[in-house]
Parts: sequence; structure tokens; C-alpha cells
Amino acid sequence: MNVRRKALPVVGKLWPWIAVVAVAGLWAYGRFGGGPAFGLRAGESLRDFVVEMALVLPPMFVLVGLFEVWVPRAVIERHVGRNSGAAAVFWMVLLATVQAGPLYGAFPVAVSLWRKGCAPRNVFIYLGAFSAMKIPMLTFEVAFLGWSFSLARTLITLPVFIAIGVLMERMLPDGFVLPAVDASLNGAPRATRHDCAPEPKGRRPGSANHATEEGE
Amino acid sequence: MIALWIITGVALLASLAADRRKTRASLLKGLRMFWGILPMLLGVLVLVSLVLAEVTPEMLQQVLSGTGPITFFTALGIGSIALMPGFIAYPLAGLLRQNGASTPVLAAFITSLMMVGVLTLPVEARFFGWRVSLLRNALAFIGAVLVAAGMAWVLP
Repeated sequence: MNVRRKALPVVGKLWPWIAVVAVAGLWAYGRFGGGPAFGLRAGESLRDFVVEMALVLPPMFVLVGLFEVWVPRAVIERHVGRNSGAAAVFWMVLLATVQAGPLYGAFPVAVSLWRKGCAPRNVFIYLGAFSAMKIPMLTFEVAFLGWSFSLARTLITLPVFIAIGVLMERMLPDGFVLPAVDASLNGAPRATRHDCAPEPKGRRPGSANHATEEGE
Repeated sequence: MIALWIITGVALLASLAADRRKTRASLLKGLRMFWGILPMLLGVLVLVSLVLAEVTPEMLQQVLSGTGPITFFTALGIGSIALMPGFIAYPLAGLLRQNGASTPVLAAFITSLMMVGVLTLPVEARFFGWRVSLLRNALAFIGAVLVAAGMAWVLP
């Protein structure tokens, strides 16, 4: 990624925006210029996706930001950390089921939990529960596929993603480090990496607010 | 969805009331993360839109409205690759059932659609790295097969 960014600095950074404009252009061509229906359909589904994203992501990221600043690391470690028990599964499922939206909306929450000391297995149980047991989604499922289908699927899926979580934790390489997601706001991607170790991460240039994070 | 905005609003107000500097720091953190992921996410959404424009719901109905192992694995494959909002996926699943899709086929489609995301892998890798993302998707794929098999057993 970095190599490509260096080679093609402008295109490397702007291609998603160019692609969005291109699809919008295809849509306009189909709608007003008599172009093919393909562009029309692509534009409409892109619009649906962007609306969905705009409805879900802003509150998610605000909540993640608040979580990172306010929730003490010790609380996360005690309840859903490495040494937590079965109650942790309950907490993760509870957290996941009250949320809504596409799975990519859960990734920032998952990463944030992980950095705060949540055990990897619980992070993946959260992702599993988010993908399969969100209450807003279940209401849709019941409406279109019926109670018996929905109930059976939920009950069968629960142990499956608990197993996935435990397996993921076992299969993770030692000293695994999460990549840094944050971009600095003047555009350049951050080169530093976040560490999963319980010790303060530090060494994040230009992050004046960092000191408050572990200070609780 | 509305609840999410209300909860966020209340939490934000509470945080503002408690400490304005910390609130500012947390908003900056959230914004940084959002900005870090937005380009990749937009790119993936454009890609998915182009694919969905070529693959119409009618085509999916034709391919998935049967029973048998071929339909089952087609459902699994399409579900794994595709990305669909719930309000499109469930009406489609309801239609599929009316057209005679079996319970395991429906379960395979729905479960893999929700748990496996091949097209969103670049976004997931941005958060977790490629190794973890590929591993999670592989396990989720196996999980989807297990769930579908379980569904066939419980709801024959």
C-alpha cells in the first residue's frame, strides 16, 4: 500500500472518490442521456449503500471515540478480558444485538474493544453476534421467513460463533499487532502501529489527546 | 437506527457536560478513525454497486430457487461474496422461499451473506490485517455450512 502510494501519490489517494464520481456520471448518463440501464442500477445501489453508511457510521464513530476516552481499561479487562468467563459472552451478545447496520460498522467497535484489553475470542464473538443476531435485523427475518426459521437459525448460530471466537484466539500468532486505522486529519496515513499489549502504547506523533486515554 | 442516534446524542451531551476537553479529544479520535477507513470503504461500495448492477434479483431468484447440493453451494458462494443491506436481502429470501428454495439453501444464503464478506475483505483487513481477516472469513464460511446443515436437521 505504501509503495503504491509513493509511486502514484495522487491516484493512490483519490481513486475511491474518482470511482464514486464515475458511477454518479454513469447514473446521470443513464438517467438523462439515454445511456444503458446498467449505470442507472449501479448508481441506485451505490446511493442505497451510501445512505446506509451515512445513517450508521457517524454515530458509531462518535460512540467509539467516547468509549476510547471514557471507559477505563480495567473495566474492559475485568469483564471481557483474557481471564473472563461465560458472562463475557453474554455481554458481547448483548452489546451486539442492540446495534444495527452492516458488518463493517462493527469493525471500529471491535478494534476499539480489542485495544482496550478485550480478549480476542470475545471480539470475534461480538462480530459474530453482530452479523447474525442484531434485533433490528431479526424483526426483518421474522417478517419474511417466519418465527421458526429465525429462532432455529439464531440458536444454531450462537454456539457456532462462540466456537469461531475461541478458534480465532487460539490461531492468532504470538505477539499479534493490530494495524493502525487512524488517519491523521491532514491526509497522510499514520505510520505508527497500535500495540495490543496492556502497557500504554505511546509514540503517536501529533496526538495531543493521547495522554488522556490511559489516565483513568 | 433512530435509537442509535438517540443513544449517541445522549452520550455526547453527557460527555460534554462532564468534560469538554475530553469530549473534543474523543470526537477527534472518532473522526480520525472514520477518515482512515472512508476511502477504502467507498471503493468497496462502488465495486459492490457495479457487481449488483450486473447481477439482478431476478437472476438470483433463478439460480437459488431450487433444492439440491448445487443450489446449496451456489447460495453459499453468492452469500459469501455479496454485500447486501438487510432490507434488500430478507425480502429477496422471502421471494426465494415462495419460489421453492429449501430451508438449507435459505440458511446458507442468509448466514454466509451476514458472516462472510469477500468483497469487504479490504476494509476488514484495514482494521484487523489480512491474516486475521482471511482467517475469520474462512472460519465463518465453515460456520455457515454448519449452520445450514443444522437448519436442515432441525427444520426438514
